[in-house]
Amino acid sequence: MDKTLIIRAASKFRGKVRVLNDIDLCVAPGERVALLGHNGAGKSTLMKMILGLTPLSGGEITIDAAAPGSGAARRDTAFLPESVNFHPTLTGREQLTLFARLIGGRADIEGLLDRVGLGEAMDNRISTYSKGMRQRLGLAQVLLGRPKLALLDEPTSGLDPLSRQDLYAIIDELAAQGTAVLIASHALTEVEAQTDRIAILRKGVKVADDTLPNLSRIAGLPTRLRILARDGQAGRIADETGGTRINGASVELYCDASEKMQELRRIAAMGDTVVDIEMTPPRLEDLYRYYAAKEFGEGQA
Amino acid sequence: MIARVFAIARAEMLILRRNWWLVMATGIMVLFALALTFAGSAPSGALGVDMLTVSVSSMTTLAVYLAPLLALMMSFDTIAGERDRGTLALLLTYPAGRGEILLGKLAAHVAALGIATTIGLGTAGVVAALSGGAGVESVTALARLIVTATVLGAVFLVLGYVLSALAKSPAAAAGLAAGLWLVFVVLFDLGLLGAVVMDDGGVFTRVVFPWVMVANPADAFRVWNIAASDGVAMVSGLGGAAQMLPYWAAPVSLLLWPVLGFGMARVAFARLEP
Repeated sequence: MDKTLIIRAASKFRGKVRVLNDIDLCVAPGERVALLGHNGAGKSTLMKMILGLTPLSGGEITIDAAAPGSGAARRDTAFLPESVNFHPTLTGREQLTLFARLIGGRADIEGLLDRVGLGEAMDNRISTYSKGMRQRLGLAQVLLGRPKLALLDEPTSGLDPLSRQDLYAIIDELAAQGTAVLIASHALTEVEAQTDRIAILRKGVKVADDTLPNLSRIAGLPTRLRILARDGQAGRIADETGGTRINGASVELYCDASEKMQELRRIAAMGDTVVDIEMTPPRLEDLYRYYAAKEFGEGQA
Repeated sequence: MIARVFAIARAEMLILRRNWWLVMATGIMVLFALALTFAGSAPSGALGVDMLTVSVSSMTTLAVYLAPLLALMMSFDTIAGERDRGTLALLLTYPAGRGEILLGKLAAHVAALGIATTIGLGTAGVVAALSGGAGVESVTALARLIVTATVLGAVFLVLGYVLSALAKSPAAAAGLAAGLWLVFVVLFDLGLLGAVVMDDGGVFTRVVFPWVMVANPADAFRVWNIAASDGVAMVSGLGGAAQMLPYWAAPVSLLLWPVLGFGMARVAFARLEP
């Protein structure tokens, strides 16, 4: 299958510092990939290289067979910068009209602005917009011109939870029309978890690139069970399960994903001393921390 | 390509109108041109030229200072400002090339400057003609003044882009622009004057000086306007140096500068990483 974005052994030096080290990453049409890493891990640099805004020091990047920064690549690529900004004296409609004209062809500006929830504010100056509204305008310009590749840098920053739901919908819509979507983020939240694949950068090196279930399995992080005991029974339950009492009435224990059902059956067998049970799979943050902090290649270089 | 240049120019023009820049620039031009026209109305009788000629002569001196100043005020922020706001990276991911972006902005800025100059100098010219008479020659001189002042503005627009692309911040770009204005419009002439005085009528004064002078776009503008009109030359009393040069020297210099400057701006912009 033809990949839309192909990154092969991409490296970047800033002075003598190696910012990116032999990065390989592919995104297929309609695929959603999250690119995670702490600040300074090289996500933004990689995005700039894909956009042709900064040259590669080594390796190769192609966007639908075109070189980064070429006319064809720029036409095919949409970009949402981190904390996106626009000229404050233009209105949302004027700004989007300018972008549409630069792409060429027809665009339903009003429809797009309605789509991202700026229908009411489209004729107000951007200087009056909140951060969330500017982010929405940024999303609207991503939807212009049906891109083959969409690069979203921290798309959730400044968005309230409701807007995040809209963001998922827009990302899904992009993927459904065959756009390859790459989302850079410094944390693994719901948005990134909804992607098809997750790549993690750490100090300019790719340390993981897989689906979320696979990453969870490899990391082997435990599931947390919290048992609420009937009055005075917490101590007994803690003894029987080998968990720890965390307050007067609750017991907490951890188990591997594979032992989860076995553990649940054991607890269920305890009868009505157990009032309630709460199960928390490994948190995304834990998983992310595992990969982002994992010792990798250090001491060898 | 034309469509993209035009799209940039339209947005830029909208911004200039929105932020009152166009109105302010026109107002400044009108105010200064009128003030000079009335202040300079005294000698017309003595020299036997119409009032418009006198007015054009004083406005030439005015435009040498004002056109570069307004142009630099408009252009210093062009690239540095976009970079500072964080709008440049996004713009550069669109299909418009860097040359097209510069050309579009230049088109809008030249148009704005042209409007301000035409209304500003034109108003003063009409007032002068009504109160003190005008002839074919003086009207031609006024038209020449308006066009060349806009070209002079274009020179400083593109030089402003160069600084804007090289500067690290809008504040630095503003400082560089102020320095550029000072050097081209004030210090250059002072330096030449000093050299001529030191040389005391030697080879430098007779051969080198006129060429060095006309290499400066601001002086080329002045020489062109003075040399082209006997009346203006007489009133300004600056015909001497202009007569030592072939007639084409000043026009070539003034018209070459915008092209040269645009090339420099294009190169400086190409090297920029947003």
